[in-house]
Amino acid sequence: MTDFIQALTEHAFLQNALIAALLASIGCGVMGTYVVVKRITFIAGGIAHSVLGGMGASLYYGFDPLQGALLTAIMAALLIGWVRLHWSTQEDTLVSALWAIGMAVGLLFIAKTPGYQTDLMSYLFGNILLTSPQSLWFMAGLDALLLLIVIIYRRQFLAVVFDEEFAQLRGIPVNFFYLLLLVLVAVTVVLLIQVVGLILVLALLTLPAAAAAQHVYSLTRIMLIATLLGALLSVSGLALAYGPDLPAGPTIILLAGATYVISAIYKQIT
Amino acid sequence: MKSVIDVEAVSFAYGPVPVLSGINLRIEAGEFLGIVGPNAGGKSTLLKLILGLLNPQSGNIRVLGQPTRVASRLLGYVPQYPAFPRDFPITVEQVVLLGRLGVRRSNGLFGGLWPTGLSQEDREAAHQALAEVEVEHVARSRIDHLSGGQLQRVLIARALVGEPRILILDEPTANIDQRMENEIFDLLKMLNERMTILVVSHDIAFISQYVSRVACVNQTLMCHQTGAIHSDTIHDLYGKPVHMITHKH
Repeated sequence: MTDFIQALTEHAFLQNALIAALLASIGCGVMGTYVVVKRITFIAGGIAHSVLGGMGASLYYGFDPLQGALLTAIMAALLIGWVRLHWSTQEDTLVSALWAIGMAVGLLFIAKTPGYQTDLMSYLFGNILLTSPQSLWFMAGLDALLLLIVIIYRRQFLAVVFDEEFAQLRGIPVNFFYLLLLVLVAVTVVLLIQVVGLILVLALLTLPAAAAAQHVYSLTRIMLIATLLGALLSVSGLALAYGPDLPAGPTIILLAGATYVISAIYKQIT
Repeated sequence: MKSVIDVEAVSFAYGPVPVLSGINLRIEAGEFLGIVGPNAGGKSTLLKLILGLLNPQSGNIRVLGQPTRVASRLLGYVPQYPAFPRDFPITVEQVVLLGRLGVRRSNGLFGGLWPTGLSQEDREAAHQALAEVEVEHVARSRIDHLSGGQLQRVLIARALVGEPRILILDEPTANIDQRMENEIFDLLKMLNERMTILVVSHDIAFISQYVSRVACVNQTLMCHQTGAIHSDTIHDLYGKPVHMITHKH
């Protein structure tokens, strides 16, 4: 740990990684709470994995993969939301199809991209140590947008995640807010890809919020605790991985998994 | 008497299965209408059509002289089963406050998209609604800590806090005991002094003590004053022999 703190003061890439972890925690805590209480983890997984299609295409055509990821994530969110609203009987099959097709498209683009592609593993499992200052600004912008929308529409979101039928009767445009919620989940997925990659993003999106929901009883408190827990887990994972030179993403996820299990056991015995 | 709900020649089907055919119903201001009928006879579907949650395939419904989707904010609705998970992290007060959404908003194009905050007036209205249904003491409780009867009262409070002109309840006592059922209907009778009430029930004998008229729904609809129902009518509607029911007035 001392080595990590020492290195943190010396290396800009570690400082960037730390800031990226903290920025990702905000999205993870706020949107992860909605994903957990609305029980749309599978939909979030579909959005996260289909993002590889956009990242692969961006790489192939020479664009920034994170911007490609954002565009694809939003398109996937709208498509999945449309399926759920208009074709709900086929929802699980179609989300699974989108999940797999997105990854297949991404892998094909990456395979045909000229040159040696070291980034594939980074996209799949994250590489927080490669976070650039530009990516930090991008992440901060996404966080600001996400927080602004959630604060403005917190009552509408609460109504929609709690009871869609009643929200509709009160004049809330339920379909609009459901789609907006999925788009914000998509934005969060892109925030977290830099930290843990798209394969592991689901765990960091849901585990801190699920652990928090076992001990506090209000959406705002769950969001707050999940954000702090996400930050603690990300920074701890980064520090733990630094000494033995382990990949940070999987280390963070293992810590998150262990925290959730311990939290669940504690909840059971108290 | 002025009508508050007009259902004209309404038909509805889920896919190829017809649920309601040629329904006509006129409900006047101040009525307490009971809707009865066999399971899958279309009672809940009729309510959802009146609420604007479903659209009729033919026919027309006007509520308070307006199309159903426009009028839905002037209706209070208590569902048969809560559409939310009981372990959702929300308190009773927060549930009731959701009923205040749309109260001060116009029906303009962006009405539903306008950000809404909570005012002191909203909080006072929520506590008043909880007090009226006699569960103000659980305002800060979690919803998963409520009994079935308490939850039902909270859902009625959520419907009342939106200042409805018409209260619509779908089997409000299906999941609670007999004593609680009497208390809920006594409460509805009291509320009927200031608003029109529609209630779906499977227990025609019980509701006939309270309602002013009964609508029997089994794909088609027949209306009766509560004194006029006899065993032949019930037999015709249910399509099979049923027990004779004695009404109390």
